[in-house]
Amino acid sequence: MNDVGIEVILDKCTGCALCVKACPFAAIKIKDKKAIIDENCTLCGSCVDICKFDAINLERPKLSDKDLSMYKDVWIFVELRNKEIKKVSMELASKAREIADTLKQKVGAVILGEKVRHFCDDIAAYGVDITYIAENENLEDYNTSNYASILTGIIMKYKPNIVLFPATHMGRDLAPRVAATLKVGLTADCTGLSIKDGLLLQTRPAFGGNIMADIISPNTRPQMATIRPNVMKIQNPDSSRKAESISIPVDLDANAMKITIKEIVNTTKSGTKSLDEADIIISGGRGIGSPENFKILEELAETINGVVGASRAAVDAGWRPRSDQVGQSGKTVSPKLYIACGISGKIQHQVGMKSSDTIIAINTDPEAPIFDIADCGIVGDLFEIIPALNEELKKNLTKG
Amino acid sequence: MKIIACIKQVPDTTEVKVDPKTHTLIRDGVPSILNPYDHYAVEECVRIKEEVGEGSVTVITMGPPQARSALLRCLALGADDAVLISDKAFAGSDTWATAYTLSLAIKKLGSFDIVFCGQQAIDGDTAQVGPELAQQLGIPQVTYVEKVEINDKHKLTIHKQTEDGYHILEAKLPILLALLPPSSFQPEHPPMSSILKAKKKPFNVWDIEILGGDKSRFGLEGSFTQVIKTYTPPPRGECEFIEHDSKEAAKKLSEILLKHEALSKR
Repeated sequence: MNDVGIEVILDKCTGCALCVKACPFAAIKIKDKKAIIDENCTLCGSCVDICKFDAINLERPKLSDKDLSMYKDVWIFVELRNKEIKKVSMELASKAREIADTLKQKVGAVILGEKVRHFCDDIAAYGVDITYIAENENLEDYNTSNYASILTGIIMKYKPNIVLFPATHMGRDLAPRVAATLKVGLTADCTGLSIKDGLLLQTRPAFGGNIMADIISPNTRPQMATIRPNVMKIQNPDSSRKAESISIPVDLDANAMKITIKEIVNTTKSGTKSLDEADIIISGGRGIGSPENFKILEELAETINGVVGASRAAVDAGWRPRSDQVGQSGKTVSPKLYIACGISGKIQHQVGMKSSDTIIAINTDPEAPIFDIADCGIVGDLFEIIPALNEELKKNLTKG
Repeated sequence: MKIIACIKQVPDTTEVKVDPKTHTLIRDGVPSILNPYDHYAVEECVRIKEEVGEGSVTVITMGPPQARSALLRCLALGADDAVLISDKAFAGSDTWATAYTLSLAIKKLGSFDIVFCGQQAIDGDTAQVGPELAQQLGIPQVTYVEKVEINDKHKLTIHKQTEDGYHILEAKLPILLALLPPSSFQPEHPPMSSILKAKKKPFNVWDIEILGGDKSRFGLEGSFTQVIKTYTPPPRGECEFIEHDSKEAAKKLSEILLKHEALSKR
């Protein structure tokens, strides 16, 4: 039993054993028709959520200034995609290393999945000192409650100072669930991180990128944030670097899951990078005119190792899948290079790509709003310019 | 089928402009609207209620007294009743404090089957209140929901958007869903007859006394995050136009691109 926090209210407990199934750390047993919680408990709260009789009381202690200094190290949540480490995870590791050096603390990385131990060295190369590994067949595909309970449990046990998540579909679903369980501050979609007076200073855009805010979480630990992909620089990996590895034993019951995946549908071409991870995006809009015409963008993308995106107009017309859409009701991207072809660039599109490093626009209309935010523009016919550009680039890139 | 929709009134950020001289936001004259994501979520609530054939849709928001107009819009879209959670004590709430406040109101409303939220609001864009609310209600959540269908009265089939496409999920009730409107979605004004009807529907205003809860958890004081500074980002430079015929322009652009870090690094 933990010295703080969790107790079974015996009058209310019916011995139904739902909590036994729900506990990812195998910390609950039924004895004499009552639940008993043992020392494996991490205060993750899974049992509290599942109990139908409000029979489990969980109080996490309030932190004093002295307690705050007990929280050490900078952690990242490592997101995987297609059995590989996502690029954003390397970005986070690199940034975490920099912050940890400033604080003179260590970098920790949490990896959840079915068989993920072999990723330890891969992520260690980007500056990670300790990896926390939880392996289970039920962790292969992302499931909010399993992931959140385990992460909460590991955080309760090892007490990191900072935890960073990627601001991806997964990270933006998982981080708030964990932060709310721990009752700690969380800042979304950060584009800047630094240390100021010992605290994590988190910078994020709001109002569609029209305003920036600097945010701190002074009184709760860990300090948590989600970080936009493609913003933080990846440091050169050092493959000789090794990390300590800590195994977290977990016990998951598939029958206890309230949400199950029936089918996984991929609409992106296999082997291509996803839009949010791409260094180069070539987007097409209304001006492309037909699904077939996207071919010239795809050819250019192949030459320069880019990914094709689309404006809402192109998605609405049925020319591209929804997963390609950049903008307010689609994805927010920040590649190094964004080439907008035949996109007028209304504000709804701009909010999804405004933070790209370099923006190039090609459009027949010199008044198109895309030119207001472009670094370089051509007023002209994209059907002439793009193929010619592709030829030029091919010539020069194969030469090198 | 008891459905609750959490909505937010937001400034129409597509109308927000930055003063080119002072680089500050021009907020004057920017209209307040129902967050477009929430507009869609409310329409979905009404659709599902009608499909099931029984039940109610309650819309709630935390906000200043002016937020009443956003709730009235939801009632005109077909919601049955509305709760405005409004008190000076709630000002300055971060996402956790907002979720806490909403969770108290939802618990006060009694049992429910589905809580709907928009995936995010267009002003803050955090997408955090939904999951934080689900946690505080002790129910599962699905975010990035593109499509939801009722199978029978206790099961849902959900299309959840992923970076590579979507997952088809099966989920039990109760649940919280954060909805992503289809790309073609355009919020439309409800007809005048619905607007008039909305004014006659039950409308409650709850302050801190009615709501109850832990008073130290509300508003700025109850927030774990603190905004210490806001500023406008440095403006992008002027657009440099390449003014040549297509072939020459393509050549000039290729020269620029070849020097760019994204290509030269390969």
